[in-house]
Amino acid sequence: MIYLILTFILILLMIGAAVYAIWQKDLLYAVIASGIISLLLSIIFLILQAPDVALTEAAIGVALTTIIFIIAIRNTVRFEDEHDKKIKENKIIKPEEQ
Amino acid sequence: MKKAIILISLTILGVYLIDIFTGIGFGTQHFASGVKDAYLIGSKETLKVSNVVTSIVVNFRGFDTLGEVTVLFLASMALGGILYKKRHDVGERSVLFPSTRIVMSGAKLLFPSIVLLGAYVFIHGHLSPGGGFQGGTIIATGFLLMLITYRNYSVSHNRLSYVESFAGILFIGLGLAGYFINNSFLANIFPAGKLNDLFSGGVIGIIYVAVGFKVAAELTGIIYTVLHEKD
Repeated sequence: MIYLILTFILILLMIGAAVYAIWQKDLLYAVIASGIISLLLSIIFLILQAPDVALTEAAIGVALTTIIFIIAIRNTVRFEDEHDKKIKENKIIKPEEQ
Repeated sequence: MKKAIILISLTILGVYLIDIFTGIGFGTQHFASGVKDAYLIGSKETLKVSNVVTSIVVNFRGFDTLGEVTVLFLASMALGGILYKKRHDVGERSVLFPSTRIVMSGAKLLFPSIVLLGAYVFIHGHLSPGGGFQGGTIIATGFLLMLITYRNYSVSHNRLSYVESFAGILFIGLGLAGYFINNSFLANIFPAGKLNDLFSGGVIGIIYVAVGFKVAAELTGIIYTVLHEKD
C-alpha cells in the first residue's frame, strides 16, 4: 500500500516536472527538469522490482542525456547575448537613440 | 497556444497509456505458463546464474545483445565520421566557465571511485543487478566528469579504438567458439560453476566484462568527440 502511494506521488512529480520542462523558457532549466523525470522514473523502476532497468535509466537518462543536452545548449547562443553583441557592434540602433 | 496544443496531445497520449497499463495488471499471475519457466529454471539449474535478467540477455538471447552492441558501435562511428574534420586540431578546449579548485579536487577524488563502481557493476553482472551496459555507462560518466572539469584532459583515441575492437572481437570470438564446440552461436563453453559464485555462469561473466569495456570506450569516445567539437 505504501509503495502504491509512493508510486503515485512519484508519477505526479514526474508530470509536474514534464509540464515545467515544457513551460520553462530557459532551456537549461528545462533540461534539468527532464533529467529529474528520468531520476524519478528510475525510482519507480526500482519499486516495480526491475533494478537492472533502474540502473540503466539512472546512468543514461540522468547523467549522459542531460550532459549531452547541456553541451548542445552551451554551443548555442542566447538571444539576449546575440542582441547585446549586435548593439556593441552598432548593427542595431538602440530604441532611445532613434 | 502551441503549449496548450502540446499539453492536450500529451494528455490524450497519457490517457491511452493509462488505459493500456491498467489492462496489464501488474503483480497478478497472468503469465501462468509459457516460456518463462524454461528461462527461470534453466538459468538456475543449468547455467547457475542467480540474476535471471543477465542470463536471458547474454545467453538465451545473446544474439540480440550482439545486435545492440553493433547499433551502439555504428552510432559512435557515425558521430565520429560527421565530426571528424574538427578533430585534428584538438588542443585546449574552449570553456565558458573555468572550473574552480574545489571542483578540480573533487573530480580527482571521485573519478577512481566512479570507475571502480562501474567495474564492480559489470564484473558482478551475473550476481547483482546491472551488467555490461550499466557499468560501461557509469565508467563513461566518470570520464565525462574529468573531461568537463579539466580543460586539457585528453583521452587517446587510438587506445579507445583498440579497447573497443578487442572487446568486440572477444565477444564474437566467444560466440564462434560456442558455435564450433557446442553447435550454437554463443553457447556456453566453460563449466557452469556454483550458484552465487563469482566464477559461475561460464561464458556470461567474460562476455559482460567485454561488453562493459566496449560500451565504456564507445561512450567516452562519443563524449570526447562532442566536447572537443569547435565552431
